[in-house]
Amino acid sequence: MLYIPTQAQSWITRNGKISFYSKTPMEDIKAVNNQVFAAIDLSKKTIAFTLLQKNFLFEKQLMQEHFNENYIESDKYPKAQFEGTITGNVGTTPGVYKVQIDGKLTMHGVTQPVSMPAELNLQQGKLIGKSAFNIKPSDYNIKIPSLVKEKIAAEIPVQVSAEFLPK
Amino acid sequence: MAQDNSLLQSLDDSLSVQQKHEVVTGTFKATQLVNLPTVESPGKQSLQFMIMHRFGKLNGGAYELFGLDNASIRFGFDYGITDRLAVGLGRSSGDKTFDGSLKYKLLRQTTHQIPVSVSLYGLVTNYTQRYPDKPYLDARYRTAYTTQVIIARKFTRNLSLEVVPAWMHFNLVPTARDKSDVFAVSAGGRMKFTKRMSITAEYNYLLPDQVVTASVKSSMSLGIDIETGGHVFQLVFTNASGMVGPYYLAKTTGTWGKGDIFFGFNVTRAFNFKK
Repeated sequence: MLYIPTQAQSWITRNGKISFYSKTPMEDIKAVNNQVFAAIDLSKKTIAFTLLQKNFLFEKQLMQEHFNENYIESDKYPKAQFEGTITGNVGTTPGVYKVQIDGKLTMHGVTQPVSMPAELNLQQGKLIGKSAFNIKPSDYNIKIPSLVKEKIAAEIPVQVSAEFLPK
Repeated sequence: MAQDNSLLQSLDDSLSVQQKHEVVTGTFKATQLVNLPTVESPGKQSLQFMIMHRFGKLNGGAYELFGLDNASIRFGFDYGITDRLAVGLGRSSGDKTFDGSLKYKLLRQTTHQIPVSVSLYGLVTNYTQRYPDKPYLDARYRTAYTTQVIIARKFTRNLSLEVVPAWMHFNLVPTARDKSDVFAVSAGGRMKFTKRMSITAEYNYLLPDQVVTASVKSSMSLGIDIETGGHVFQLVFTNASGMVGPYYLAKTTGTWGKGDIFFGFNVTRAFNFKK
């Protein structure tokens, strides 16, 4: 067997996937963004994500329009950004590493601390990252009018998955 | 900490490049200002149901309860075949008029390259009101065509304006002196004053010396839009009693100055058939 030298330390992707799913008895709202930019630096144990809110695709055009115009205000706050640090061992050989990510999420002009468990699957020539966490729209100053309060969940699960390639 | 920033910074820079070609969305809330169509159309596989309602003239006085005793109505369905192409069907009580329409989004404004959105709107109207004294009125004579080119720009997140040249063709006009091809130019816009409320206004200028046997006026309409989820409510004031193509553009007889003002509302509801 050949010894495989140390894998890349810097990883990047431009088509990471972030989706969220607001579920209430009144209405289910799903959206996915397949154009998430993300980078991991394993030597410094840092991670960053950035995305354009307009790239979230909804099943219903009207929901997408309301998301951009009324809630996220993507013309004023076009991006969502996350930067954080990775805690836990990530080896240099292929394998699945469970880690903790702590950092700051900025969207709609508000920055909040966010922590999430994550799974880093190091393979030959690629790194697959998966994570999930919850956000509360109210934490980000996203106001939901009482008329539609029952249609939008107070806490919304967010799923992240990204396939990184060496930088 | 500095390293963290550079990681995010490099990502951000490449994301900003992508951002330059973004399509501008939400130029208008609704598919029309008051009567005048906007560049917007229902999304793919979305159906929009619209009720347009106009009471009588305000100058009817207390006897007519300032117009509330009378009402005319139009029901309309608009369906998005694709995100760019929509079809519509409607029926107005005035003249018992049916209408069919097509709207196509030809050009979409982008953040840095294309300055305006352009939609084409074609409308066919056919009135079915019986006129026993005019037995010659067959289906062809009762039909008119309206074509509008809608040129719009979203200037800021709150302000959008549009200019709309219109060409109407009437298969039958009252006398030989009346033109069967009639031209008008409309201008209008919306100004949001909260996230979910806006003021809309439109002015429809009928070019002179086209309709000569009737005293027709240009129409002006004002509205307040209130958006609540899948509904848009619109309260309107207008001197046009008609609500589609040739009626508000070329058959408006009242003027604001004399109090020939119709109060009314437009209500739209969106339904979705995707998935």
